Amino acid sequence: MRREHIINLVTLAVLVVVPLGAWVLDEPFIITLATRAVIFAIAGVGLNLALGQGGLVSLGHAAFFGIGGYAMGILASHAQAYAPLMEWPFLIEGTKSMPIIWLVAVVSSALAALAIGALSLRTSGVYFIMITLAFGQMIYYFAISWPAYGGEDGLVVYVRNGFPGLNTLDPIQFFGLCFCVLCIVLWAMSRVQNSAFGLALASARQNPVRVQSVGIDPYRLRLVAFTLSGAITGLSGALFADLNRFVSPTMLSWQMSGEIMVFIIIGGVARLFGPVIGAMIFILLEHVLGGVSEFWHIYLGALLLMIVLFAKGGVIGALAGREVAHD
Amino acid sequence: MTDIILQARGLQKSFGALRVTDDVSLEVRSGEIHALIGPNGAGKSTLVQQLTGHLESDAGQVALCGQDVTSLGPVERAAKGLGRTFQISALAMENSVLQNVVLGALGRRGGVFRFFAPVMKDRALLDVANNALARVGLRAQAKVRTSDLSHGQRRQLEVAVALTQSPKAFLMDEPMAGLGLEGAGQMIDLLRKLRAEAPILLIEHDMDAVFALADRISVLVYGKIIATGAPEDIRRNREIQLAYLGKEAEL
Amino acid sequence: MVGGSYLPPTGTVFHMTFTLFAEQLLNGLQFGVMLFLMSAGLTLVFGVMGLINLAHGSLYMVGAFAAAAVAAATGSFVLALMASLAAAAAAGAIIELTIIRRLYNRDHLDQVLATFALILIFSEGTRWIFGSFPLFLDVPQALSGPITLPGGIEYPLYRLAIIGIGLGVATGLFAMINRTSVGIRIRAGEADREMIAALGVDIAKLYTFVFALGAALAGFAGALVGAIQSVQVGMGEPVLILAFVVIVIGGIGSIKGALVGALLVGMTDTLGRFLLPQMLGWILEPSSAISIGSAVSSMSIYILMAGVLIYRPQGLYGSG
Repeated sequence: MRREHIINLVTLAVLVVVPLGAWVLDEPFIITLATRAVIFAIAGVGLNLALGQGGLVSLGHAAFFGIGGYAMGILASHAQAYAPLMEWPFLIEGTKSMPIIWLVAVVSSALAALAIGALSLRTSGVYFIMITLAFGQMIYYFAISWPAYGGEDGLVVYVRNGFPGLNTLDPIQFFGLCFCVLCIVLWAMSRVQNSAFGLALASARQNPVRVQSVGIDPYRLRLVAFTLSGAITGLSGALFADLNRFVSPTMLSWQMSGEIMVFIIIGGVARLFGPVIGAMIFILLEHVLGGVSEFWHIYLGALLLMIVLFAKGGVIGALAGREVAHD
Repeated sequence: MTDIILQARGLQKSFGALRVTDDVSLEVRSGEIHALIGPNGAGKSTLVQQLTGHLESDAGQVALCGQDVTSLGPVERAAKGLGRTFQISALAMENSVLQNVVLGALGRRGGVFRFFAPVMKDRALLDVANNALARVGLRAQAKVRTSDLSHGQRRQLEVAVALTQSPKAFLMDEPMAGLGLEGAGQMIDLLRKLRAEAPILLIEHDMDAVFALADRISVLVYGKIIATGAPEDIRRNREIQLAYLGKEAEL
Repeated sequence: MVGGSYLPPTGTVFHMTFTLFAEQLLNGLQFGVMLFLMSAGLTLVFGVMGLINLAHGSLYMVGAFAAAAVAAATGSFVLALMASLAAAAAAGAIIELTIIRRLYNRDHLDQVLATFALILIFSEGTRWIFGSFPLFLDVPQALSGPITLPGGIEYPLYRLAIIGIGLGVATGLFAMINRTSVGIRIRAGEADREMIAALGVDIAKLYTFVFALGAALAGFAGALVGAIQSVQVGMGEPVLILAFVVIVIGGIGSIKGALVGALLVGMTDTLGRFLLPQMLGWILEPSSAISIGSAVSSMSIYILMAGVLIYRPQGLYGSG
């Protein structure tokens, strides 16, 4: 068994054991922290498809995270106010059902990613970074200045949305639900990595001319990857909003984009479990350092700087070494 | 009468006031190796890019098997059957050797947008890929990381990837560059066998290889083709151009 | 917030008059000139060193805080401006020498992450020293109050001064790049990094100089804008992102592109905020015209950017 597999299994085990232990000891706060880590991990896994596999350094993924969040906030706020979203030309009502909210979150963030990607992918390199950042900021300002859904204050949802057969108000049950989503996303991602699409995408990252010369258009590969990536990050946004029962433009801010990227870097770029480990460490640091100093972002910044300058592969890279070419 | 597989007619390209490609016409006929030679700065790489579709021509046409492909980009030209190798190896260096050839097979077959089936277990693709590796003599290196290959092996892998395309014509940009004596010998043997499969437009500095392989040679100087003919004609002609060809031959 | 907060509120005004329009044009020009100071450094650093620097907004903030602190201690606005230049240039030189120069040969992802880390450090460090409350930098006495321009346009003198200073700095920058020996080296560096090594230019020093110059320009802009806005942690990044929009429109590495892009963005944003609610007012009731108009106009510069991307992905003056 490859070392990376062992690391992955240990990671999953920790992610299950800690909240279960907290449940036994009746520490709901720790369960909530673990849920946060799981949700951030999903966001990171989404970004990692574009960033790690596709080499697309998107600094605008908060847009999709936030759109997922607003999908939840808008649907649920309409449902709790018993006011339909629209009555003409056909009636659309709000909902408190997670599966429907997830579907809407995934579809709307995928559409946003498709539109932003179609424009941004006309460029590459540093242009791409700036443009994704700019489009992310556009959506952020739009959310702030559009008054219908709370503007700068955001939207509060009073009761967490429901999932058939579960009591989502119980922290451990909501954790379990989020954890299942993470596992499904990871499983799907591992399939995608080894698929025809995954091979072509990774090859386009390493050498776009090579891919072109065998008759495959890198633009289309990247656009699909960016869209899928946005959709997954959007799904995590819906879960995050549900965890907090609150959505605001903060979810759309450029800092959020940076944080999602930080999860990946801490764990290891292009590693399946990189964002999972990264998000866990991030939450741990936030909790531990945040307790020590109000200014814990200084330490986070210093740590990030050290990783970038001296430990490029992140945690997994340090523990598992160079990736073996899979056959 | 032999078929013309790849044809360029009246190609032009200028950068500002500088005319880099000046009314270039050339044809590659089925079964032949057609070498394109010329001193550095003659405009070979610009011409190559015009042929592959990476660079738009100011005027002129490119046709593949009688079909006009002038308006098509590199992806479409590749799909129409223009297989190529690069002056500087263009391979996915982090991937395994086999993955590189499977990518080629995938490009040829289509079905890139399949997200769940493991591509490295796809029998059809693997057969094409392994066959191509075997033909260039890289079968044993299938699982090696591409960046661990020697320079010569990378050249062979380039050819293997081009083979997976079952192209109608090969465009090979300096396949001998950087190869040792032994490597160059192997490559010459390989190309000699390939010509039956699809004709080759060979851009090459190595004059020994060119004269050993080419059925016809075109000489490009300052963006113009000044002579096209059989090797012996060019060799005779060569004395006239000794001033530059001689210098090149020593490179 | 976005550039609009540099400006007096306009949304409630529904009668467009010539003077009002002229005032908005000047506001747009003032905003554009400030954006140019911000973008010039970014585009130079990218053009010469190939580095994308997210921490450029932090240098803008450093300039504003230095100015606010010196103005509070001495009462002199001139000293405050000089302090902003010095502090930002020093901060720029220090991070170039310690961190940034390790990033020139790294990929863009590393550059993004390392400079993102620098933002965290700068922002939290500033919050630690100065606290979370905004500081205020007063417009100097001599420049306060409005001035009447030809045509009866009343316009704040300070804003007019900003336009003048900004255009003066822009002219100086162009002169430096086109006429002086340092400028020649910078242009050589943009054209070909190996070439300047061959010219015998000490690249390390040139890079530090270019980075500190860009930082000084950003810090200067921060101080000038700080007098009409509050000086607070996080003020730099929204401007940084606008500067990115400017550069994408103008073309990376082109100072001229940065100038044209900055003025385009400044005008589009200002006039969009001013005109859109009014134009929507013709078809909608006033309250929704204002809210929809302001939401849509907050997107106007990004729509402009999208248009440029469709028309010329490498930017107006980009080489491709």
